[in-house]
Amino acid sequence: MQKSVFFGTFAAAGLLAGMASAATLEDVKARGMVNCGVATGVPGFAFTDASGEWDGFDVAVCRAVAAAVLGDGKKVNFVPTTGKTRFTALASGEVDMLARNTTWTYSRDVDLKFTFVGVNYYDGQGFMVRKDLGVTSAKELDGATVCIQTGTTTELNLADYFRINGMSYEPVPIETNAEAQQKYLANACDVYTTDASGLAATRATFETPADHIILPEIISKEPLGPLVRQGDDQWADIVRWTFNVLVIAEELGVTSANVVEMSKAPTNNPEINRMLGTEGEYGAMMGLEKDWAVKAIAAGGNYGEIFERNIGEKTPIGLARGLNAQWTQGGLLYAPPFR
Amino acid sequence: MAATTDPHASESFRIGMLLYDTRYRSITIQIIALVLFMLALGWLVTNTISNLEALGKTFGFGFLWTPAGYDINQQLIEYQNTDTNARAAMLGILNTLLIAVMGCVTATLLGVVAGVLRLSNNWVVARLMTLYVEGFRNVPVLIWILLFAAGINESLPAPNAFRGDNSDASMVLGSMAFTNRGFYVPEPLFSRSLGTLDVNGYFGISLDLILIVLVLVASIWGVRRLAAHATRRQAETGDRPKTFWPSVGLIVLPQVVVLVALGFHLGYPALKGFNFQGGIHMRDSLIALWLALSLYTGAFIAEIVRAGILAVSKGQTEAASALGMRPSWTMRLIVLPQAMRIIIPPLISNYLNLTKNSSLAIAVGYMDATGTLGGITLNQTGREMECLLLLMGFYLIVSLTISVVMNVYNERMKLKER
Repeated sequence: MQKSVFFGTFAAAGLLAGMASAATLEDVKARGMVNCGVATGVPGFAFTDASGEWDGFDVAVCRAVAAAVLGDGKKVNFVPTTGKTRFTALASGEVDMLARNTTWTYSRDVDLKFTFVGVNYYDGQGFMVRKDLGVTSAKELDGATVCIQTGTTTELNLADYFRINGMSYEPVPIETNAEAQQKYLANACDVYTTDASGLAATRATFETPADHIILPEIISKEPLGPLVRQGDDQWADIVRWTFNVLVIAEELGVTSANVVEMSKAPTNNPEINRMLGTEGEYGAMMGLEKDWAVKAIAAGGNYGEIFERNIGEKTPIGLARGLNAQWTQGGLLYAPPFR
Repeated sequence: MAATTDPHASESFRIGMLLYDTRYRSITIQIIALVLFMLALGWLVTNTISNLEALGKTFGFGFLWTPAGYDINQQLIEYQNTDTNARAAMLGILNTLLIAVMGCVTATLLGVVAGVLRLSNNWVVARLMTLYVEGFRNVPVLIWILLFAAGINESLPAPNAFRGDNSDASMVLGSMAFTNRGFYVPEPLFSRSLGTLDVNGYFGISLDLILIVLVLVASIWGVRRLAAHATRRQAETGDRPKTFWPSVGLIVLPQVVVLVALGFHLGYPALKGFNFQGGIHMRDSLIALWLALSLYTGAFIAEIVRAGILAVSKGQTEAASALGMRPSWTMRLIVLPQAMRIIIPPLISNYLNLTKNSSLAIAVGYMDATGTLGGITLNQTGREMECLLLLMGFYLIVSLTISVVMNVYNERMKLKER
C-alpha cells in the first residue's frame, strides 16, 4: 500500500535521527571515514599545505583518531568550521569530533552538552600590537580599537578585562582569523587579540613579523582541547585515550620511528606493552583492534613529535613548550596511567 | 432554472463518488493534501523535540535575561557588557533598522536618478548608467560589501597618520577626519539641553530632538495652510500669491529660534589616545555596508524605474510637448506619476531585499541583529534553535511591516477607476 510505505519512511527516518546521537563508533566504521571539525585555517594548527593536504597540530589529533579506529590516518574528512559554526556542526552530528583550538569552559561542557576529552594545548589570551605604537603593556590600551574573532571566549575575556581595569575599547568583531588579520594589517585596528598561540601563528605569516609585539599580559586561561558530543561515552573514551596515548608515548620514549619495532615483541616496560597491545586485551575494551595505539602513534608521532613538527621552536610559529611540556619536565602535560 | 432537474439528484451518495465524481474530487484532493501537510509539519516538530531531547537540550528563552558579557561598538541606546542578551539583541535590531532605513532612502534616490538617466538622450550619460546598473546587478552584494570595506581600510589613512605637526594626513575643513576606521564628523551639541526622557529605564529619548521635531511638524502644518490659502485665493481671483519665500521662512525661522534657545554648537572630533574622540563616528563597517547595499539595490531600482517609464505610452509625452510643456516638467508631472503605479509593487520587494541583505553585515564587523542575537548570543549560549527562531521572527515582522506600509501607499497611488 502506498500509505504504509509513506508512514514506513517516516518511521525509519525518525528512528535514524534518534540513533544518530549514539554509537558514533559504528557510524565511523560504516562510513570508513572520521568527520573531524577543524579551524578554517590557522598556520601550524590547522591549514592545508602546498599539495592541498590538511596538516597541523590540531589536524594531527584527527589523524591519530582515524588511525586508531580505521587503521589509516588519511581516512579523515576535514570539515572547516568557524568560531561560530563549530558547536552547531558537532551538536548536529555533521562532525564526529572537533579539534580546533577550542577552550574548555564550564558552560560548553555542562550547558552545551559536550565532552572535552583533554587539553592538547594550554594557552592564554594575549594581545598583539605594532611595535611603533610604543605600547609595552596591555594596561596602556585604554581607548584602543581591538579586532576579535566573534563567538569565542576571547570576546568575553576581553570585555571582562577592560571592565575590571576601568578601560574602554572599541571592539571590531570579525568572523575569521584571515579577515581579522587583514583588518589588523591595514591598521583598521590597533590590537589583535586571541590565544597567544594563535597570535604567534598569525604573526609568523606576516611579511615583517619583527614589527609586531605580543604584549606580556596573558589575561586568561585557555585550555584548548578536542571535544565530542555528550552521551556517547565509548566514542569519548576513544578520542580521549587516543590523545592520552600520544602523551604517554612521549613520556615513555615511544616515537613514530620505534613504535612498530617496539610493538613486535613485549619490552621490559609493562605500560608500553599494555599500550602497544603486546600484553593484555586493552584494545578490545574500547571496541578497537589490538594495535590501535601503535597505529595512532605511527600516524603522526607522539605528542612531542607533533608539537615540534608543527608549532615548535624550529618552525616559523616558534612556540616554546612552556606549560605544554611533560609533567616530568615542569609542564602541565600529565596523562593518566595506561593500565 | 426550476424546470431542469439535476440528473444526479436522485442518486444516493456513495463513498466512491469522492474520487470519481468531478463535483467532489477537487475537495477530496485538497483535504488529502492538507492532512499530508499537517502530518509532515507534525513530524518535523516532534522530530525536532525528540532530537533536542536526545542531545539533552531544553527549549526555553530564559537565556535572554542572563548577562550578555560582550561589547557592541555601535550603540544607539545605552549598553554595557553586563546587560542582558535581550538588550544586546535590541541593539542589534536597532542597528539593522538604521542600516535598512539609510539604505532604502539612498537606494531609492540613486535608483530613480539612474533609471531616468539611463533613458537620457545623451549617449555618454546613458552608457555610464548602463555600466553602473549592469556592474552592480551582476555581482553578488557580499563581494561589493567586502570590496567597499577593503577600499576604506586599505586606502584611507589610519588615525595615527593625523598625529603630530607634520602629519601625513589632515582633517577636512579642520573638523572632519576620514580614516580607515570610519569617518569622524562634528556632532550637534546643546549647551542648554533639556535632558533626556527616560522611558522606564530601558532607553532615553532626547527632549531636544522631540522639541525640534515638534516645531518642524508645526512649521510643515503652517506651510500647508499657506498653500491651501494660496489655492483658495487662486480660485477666487485667478491670481496665485507667491508662497515660496514665506514657506522657507516658516520652516527655517522657528528652527533657528529653537536652536539658539537650546544653545546649539558643534562638537569637533579630536585625536586623543588611539582614536579620534568626540564628534559622530560613522564606522567603516557602517559606511561600507550602507554604500554597497544602496548601490546594489539602487541598480535594481533603476531598472524598475526604467521599466515603469517605458511602460507609459509615448503619446503622453507627445501630448505634453504639444501643449508646450518643458521636458523636465513632462517627466515630473506627466510620466513619473503614471510610472509610479508600475514602479511601487516591485519597489516593495527591493526594500525587503535590502533589509534582508543587511544580515551580511557580520562580514565587515557591523553588529546588526544577525551579529548580536544570531551571532554572539547564539554562540555563547548555544541556543541555536531559540536564537534563530527569534531572528526569523524579527525579519518576518520587519518584512511584513514594510510590505503593509508600502501596500497602503500603493493603494493610494493606484489608478482610481470610477
